[in-house]
Amino acid sequence: MVCKHEHLLDVQNLSVSFKMYDRGLVQKELKVISDLSVSVDRGEILAVVGSSGSGKSLLAHAIMGILPENAAIQGAMKYQGEDMTPEYQEKLRGRQIALVPQSVTYLDPLMRVEKQVLGAGKDAKKKIPALKGIFNRLELDESVGKQYPYQLSGGMARRVLVSTAVIGDAELVIADEPTPGMQTGQAIEALRIFRELADEGKGVLLITHDIDLALNFADKIAVFYAGTTLELASSGDFLSGEESLRHPYSKALWRAMPQNGFEPLDGFQPFSGSLPSGCLFSPRCSMCEKQCRQKIPEMRELRGGFVRCFHAT
Amino acid sequence: MIVKRITNVFFRYALRVITLLFAVSVIGFTLVSLSPVDPVQQYVLSVGSVSPEQRAELEDYWGLNDPPVERFENCLSAILHGDFGTSLLYRRPVIDVIREKFANTFALMLCAWVFSGVIGFILGCVMGANRDRAADKILKRICLLLCSVPTFWLGLLLLLLFSVWLGWFPIGFSSPIGVMNSDVTIWQQIHHLILPALTLSLLSFANVALHTRQKLIDVLESDYVLFAKARGESKRQIMKRHGYRNIIMPALTLQFASFAELFGGSVLAENVFSYPGLGSAVSAAGLNSDVPLLLGITLFSALFVFTGNMIANLLYGAIDPQIKESYANE
Repeated sequence: MVCKHEHLLDVQNLSVSFKMYDRGLVQKELKVISDLSVSVDRGEILAVVGSSGSGKSLLAHAIMGILPENAAIQGAMKYQGEDMTPEYQEKLRGRQIALVPQSVTYLDPLMRVEKQVLGAGKDAKKKIPALKGIFNRLELDESVGKQYPYQLSGGMARRVLVSTAVIGDAELVIADEPTPGMQTGQAIEALRIFRELADEGKGVLLITHDIDLALNFADKIAVFYAGTTLELASSGDFLSGEESLRHPYSKALWRAMPQNGFEPLDGFQPFSGSLPSGCLFSPRCSMCEKQCRQKIPEMRELRGGFVRCFHAT
Repeated sequence: MIVKRITNVFFRYALRVITLLFAVSVIGFTLVSLSPVDPVQQYVLSVGSVSPEQRAELEDYWGLNDPPVERFENCLSAILHGDFGTSLLYRRPVIDVIREKFANTFALMLCAWVFSGVIGFILGCVMGANRDRAADKILKRICLLLCSVPTFWLGLLLLLLFSVWLGWFPIGFSSPIGVMNSDVTIWQQIHHLILPALTLSLLSFANVALHTRQKLIDVLESDYVLFAKARGESKRQIMKRHGYRNIIMPALTLQFASFAELFGGSVLAENVFSYPGLGSAVSAAGLNSDVPLLLGITLFSALFVFTGNMIANLLYGAIDPQIKESYANE
């Protein structure tokens, strides 16, 4: 990809692998994200969609710099044109970049919700009016602030987590599966909040498996599969139909949506320990040829988007 | 509402302590009956020469020829009337002996308990926060070493070093030899207390430290600490906001649940230092067939350990919000 202007967040050829013990004392590298490139601009929502186990959360953690110690990162990550070194990431975390984590376990079980949403630091108390406003918008009763995480339902916990990111002045919000468990109305409200943030000139990276919801709010969709992106399309491409999409997997995803025939795709996403040698999608692809099995295709520009496929036209 | 809850809790624990003490007295009584311990022999030894007829009469008088169940019933009813019998060894009511000895032991255990709790917790935090660094590695080895060292051996070592070679502390007893009980100052008592208390606390503080370390490591690896990190909290803020909050409860529970070990440890420590507490009294009672005292102390120690566990339980209810609020909803 050629960088024409400065992105808010620019991830190029990111690979994340874990060192782990295989059998006995044999160490093995398990690659969970390979050769991934995404970028987020100010004023836009990029939705990263993909099924569970495709490494989406790890992408979020890699950007925040909070991967476990046995993880190794390759590739380049830039924030506002500056290389994201661990020191820089530490400065950005919670100030410039906010994370919406994906489950209630990310809340301290022994601390009242309000104190957690306000966060640490001296000026935490000043955010109380803002907190009331956000709770109100997310249909969280004021009494929720006085409760402990175990007292929250799944949807309430998710909304509390969303509020933690919105209450700061972060320029980039990374939301990791923010909506499951919420009622449709609340999920839409949550995404509307992200949309507003984007319209204010901030960037949002939305990680989700709910394509339908993402389509209506996001500007761009990155289709994520087995640790890498297969296609980058505008959400308009998804809305206008199968023909506008580029990658066979994206097309299959489109066909699997309830309103488009609800047609499932055979096979399974490969496990990160046993990836195929060529194109990651080749074992399930109807267009698969010899070269697909031998070589991983590069990301290439096609019809205003990007695709990782030899055959896409 | 709150009154109802308190009475509820009170009755629950009252029932538990009664059943516990009953079970302990049954088991204690059975074990003593089965053991070769012969209280008559002990009594006879102290009285002087006794003819076999007199001895048989004594056995009959004490009810040793009654069936065991009847003997137990007699024993139990006496206890229920507040009569724990007379110590054969001290020639005084068992209750008085326990009261006097426990005062000494209590001072010893309290010092050891506070010392091991505080130092153990601090060391555990230091180790957990600096996991796998030099400080952690060294401290962890010391703790593991202390955990595996027998109390009496450690006591002897301290005695040898501080009392015999350096002469800083007395070699035994709870007060100086040849001084009237009323003339003993508090400083002299503390002076005599330090070494046994140190021995006793060295034994359990390593345990507390290692547990705290592991718990802190678990907390620091949790999702919520990861999220705190993602929100830009510094290591110090994380410790302050999430670390202590989540490890203090397990540490306190462990501390109160350690009453049993403390009691067991005091038996050894008091013997090594000839410290006149409950621990040395119980071993003396066992060795000299002083059955009333032995059973009395057994019951008392069961009550003591029960109290420790009960405090731990109640503390949980008072501090942990998850349990507190679920009680409130009952």
